[in-house]
Amino acid sequence: MSSAVEQLEGLTAQEYKYGFVTDIDQETLPPGLTEDTVRFISAKKEEPEWLLDWRLKAFRQWQGMTEPTWPNVSYPKIDYQSISYYAAPKSADDKPKSLDEVDPELLATYEKLGIPLEERAVLAGVAVDAVFDSVSVATTFREKLADAGVIFMSISEAVREHPELVRKYLGSVVPPSDNFFAALNSAVFSDGSFVFIPKGVTCPMELSTYFRINAMNTGQFERTLIVAEDDSYVSYLEGCTAPMRDQNQLHAAVVELVALENARIKYSTVQNWYPGDKDGNGGIYNFVTKRGACRGKRSKISWTQVETGSAITWKYPSCILIGDGSVGEFYSVAVTNNHQQADTGTKMIHIGKDTTSTIVSKGISAGVSNNSYRGLVKIMPKAEGARNFSQCDSMLMGDRCGAHTFPYLEVRNKTAQVEHEATTSKIGEDQIFYLNQRGIETEDAVSMIVNGFCKEVFRELPMEFAVEAQKLLGVSLEGSVG
Amino acid sequence: MLQIRNLHVSIDGQKILRGIDLDVQPGTVHAVMGPNGSGKSTLASVLAGRDGYEIEEGSVTYNGQDLLDMDPEIRAREGVFLAFQYPVEVPGVTTMYFMREAVNAVRKHRGEEELSAGEFLKLARQKIGPLGMDADMLKRAINEGFSGGEKKRSEIFQMAMLEPKLAVLDETDSGLDIDALKIVADGVNSLRSADRSFVVITHYQRLLNYIVPDYVHVLSDGKIELSGDKTLALELESRGYGWINDDVVPQAVAGV
Repeated sequence: MSSAVEQLEGLTAQEYKYGFVTDIDQETLPPGLTEDTVRFISAKKEEPEWLLDWRLKAFRQWQGMTEPTWPNVSYPKIDYQSISYYAAPKSADDKPKSLDEVDPELLATYEKLGIPLEERAVLAGVAVDAVFDSVSVATTFREKLADAGVIFMSISEAVREHPELVRKYLGSVVPPSDNFFAALNSAVFSDGSFVFIPKGVTCPMELSTYFRINAMNTGQFERTLIVAEDDSYVSYLEGCTAPMRDQNQLHAAVVELVALENARIKYSTVQNWYPGDKDGNGGIYNFVTKRGACRGKRSKISWTQVETGSAITWKYPSCILIGDGSVGEFYSVAVTNNHQQADTGTKMIHIGKDTTSTIVSKGISAGVSNNSYRGLVKIMPKAEGARNFSQCDSMLMGDRCGAHTFPYLEVRNKTAQVEHEATTSKIGEDQIFYLNQRGIETEDAVSMIVNGFCKEVFRELPMEFAVEAQKLLGVSLEGSVG
Repeated sequence: MLQIRNLHVSIDGQKILRGIDLDVQPGTVHAVMGPNGSGKSTLASVLAGRDGYEIEEGSVTYNGQDLLDMDPEIRAREGVFLAFQYPVEVPGVTTMYFMREAVNAVRKHRGEEELSAGEFLKLARQKIGPLGMDADMLKRAINEGFSGGEKKRSEIFQMAMLEPKLAVLDETDSGLDIDALKIVADGVNSLRSADRSFVVITHYQRLLNYIVPDYVHVLSDGKIELSGDKTLALELESRGYGWINDDVVPQAVAGV
């Protein structure tokens, strides 16, 4: 009898499509992390003194910190001295002034990833910043954006061109001392994107950053900072891939969002770092700190994430709701297959009056993976009338995987309303059979059921991303049933 | 169309069917009746290809092909339809999307053009009206929050959309009030045709007042103990199932 459970077990991982390596002349710092490493990176980027000092302070704080052990994940101890903290394509030494000057090998890489950097070819309405290992290699549509007053460039450039803005906001949401990985990132971050939407401006197109890890034994530590002034709006997308390598690679990013009065920031991620092979060798350690501050009244920050990649994911995109009437949202789909581990969720900190937050988390576990939701809803004493709704659903495929939910509630204002719903289900053999009986084959049936399960999250994604996410989900779970 | 020969089936080592023989000709309606636990639903599940049933002996031939050798989705595409006794909910997947995928999978299998969204919607509206359901039902997730009656009507709607050659109705009458029962029966009757056959599984004679069968078979303890025409159903109604095992005179069942 080939029961559906056995079929579920007959799990073979689909080839990771983005696992190729680009053969390009790279400048890579030898492994190791000392103050000199920090100074080297800062000098390489011709940074001002204040930023070097900021990094050094972070480095010293990091030295006194220990890696968090509370996440529900396990991995061998990371030797931070065996990682290289800087890798850059040599041709990027003098940053190309236009796309024509970008190394054709790099353009080809992004083409292969489905991210054409040729402006003509780029999907209408999406501007891209491409970050290759430690540096940004191209940012498209800059002029068009500049006309609208929007600043979209790599953070290294922003440090040079808009130091006052960077200095004002950098570390203001995630201070270097926030946690072990944030401190590490603050010390050694190499590049990332900077977005500034001035007062009253609705960004005329979707902005996106595409992160690619290429070099071996290299960590990627990018830093993204998005500031939306009063009455502005921006939708920002982030995608990530990496080559297939036997060794684990560390990715420790920090993303900070600042929304002023009435501003809205929509931040979407499709995370598809290399997850490791089906036996759990290799893959990216994705240890990321993402946080947004709704500083202005009625401001809104919405996080949507589709996490299908990485060997280990540790990430909690959060909102600090300071402005009265501000809104935080977190929509998440996290898929783990084979030996992947994910511990992800959010924090919603209600400080202002009438603040509201919504959490919708969908975890799907297959293979021998482990998938945990961890979320904190904190209502501070002055948050009169605060409301939160949380829904955490887990779906299990097969009987060797795990789904865990760790919700934390801290309510210090008695007018607050907090709701939490959670469900765990196994992907139903009955459901699959029902669809089979109507002529739909098992693989399509699973994809249909899983996509239905994730619908509330997918509908929050921008259109092109939603389609991409659905496909990605199909690929990540391919072979996990039947 | 369908020949079942000496079919023995067990679940987890427990014998459920103990030698079923049944012939279904095109255009006929067969009612399979029997007490609880007699193996009626097992028969339906085995025909549709549900997992977990051990075929110990016997064969099922469908239009000259070995039915038991086909995957469930292939059976469906070849025209076997099961109206479920307990249709499952599939959250987040609209009936519209699901049925369009299903209809097109069947059409593709038959070498026909797939239906566009517009063509599909037109067809769906046409089929759903007579079932007393609103086309809004198509936008709802499969069976989610449906009442018992809505679920059964949705099954009949799906049958109408897929135009099967052999439809197996597993206790479609259970949980229906008389008005819903009539609507469902009308739906089935309107699909009766010279090349479409039905196997109607039911515990009660009631449904057979509305879907009048050509043949009635009584299943008891995993075997067809008795076969006859529609009057047999009425006799069962008045005498109950108890008498079958007592004074039954086995009749030839094959070839009806």
